[in-house]
Amino acid sequence: MSITQVEPATTLAQLQETKPDKVTIVLLSGEMDKAMAAFIIATGAAAMGMQVTMFFTFWGLNVIRKPGASSSAKDFLRKAFGFLNKGGAAGLPISRFNFGGLGATMMKKVMKDNRMPGVPELIETAQDLDVKMIACTTTLGLLGISKDTLIDGVDELAGVSTYLAEAKDGSVNLFI
Amino acid sequence: MIESDVKLDTLGYFCPMPIILTSKKIKELTLGQVLEVASDDEGIKKDMPAWCQTTGHEWVGLEEEEADPKRVYKAYVKKTK
Repeated sequence: MSITQVEPATTLAQLQETKPDKVTIVLLSGEMDKAMAAFIIATGAAAMGMQVTMFFTFWGLNVIRKPGASSSAKDFLRKAFGFLNKGGAAGLPISRFNFGGLGATMMKKVMKDNRMPGVPELIETAQDLDVKMIACTTTLGLLGISKDTLIDGVDELAGVSTYLAEAKDGSVNLFI
Repeated sequence: MIESDVKLDTLGYFCPMPIILTSKKIKELTLGQVLEVASDDEGIKKDMPAWCQTTGHEWVGLEEEEADPKRVYKAYVKKTK
């Protein structure tokens, strides 16, 4: 018995090439667990062929700051604030049971022992999969963070209308 | 027993790594080839069909293997695009 495979006229793949699903994620939180959730969804969606845009605002900016980067603000208040508000994906606290960083260190050890990627690895994977990363200009200014202290690969700086223009076409829009 | 052309080992990796590694590996295949993805993350039972549905690749099937210390799932995907 011979079997002939017939190709369908239009495949799902072709349909998606013309109009890929769009996903937007706003990351407002600067905790490791929330950043992980955001990046796991982002990388998962990108691996499923969706177009992903991530917006970083307020504490979420700490996730895409270079480690140890200090505030570039000139005025005293923002400078003092920048001293307290440290960035860097590898040094994020966890949102519960952080205990001054002890909880985060323990969780990172468990993750490493179980071959789970941490936030820095997830960011790398996201960039590898062409996830677009946008930093919010308003909060950059408010927190005294300059563009050059953000990690390489942050595509652009933008505001709310850029987000809304993307989210309007998004089939999945998340706020974390 | 499902035949495969290329094998991908994701044992020990949790979500989302099996899916991400699959999306990278599938690019190396030629049209019509079948990829076997081995995983011990039970989530793959649902995640891989969902990945196929969204990306347009063909879901071939799943095999389970009793192994020590964890059960191994083998998901089969045919490259169709």
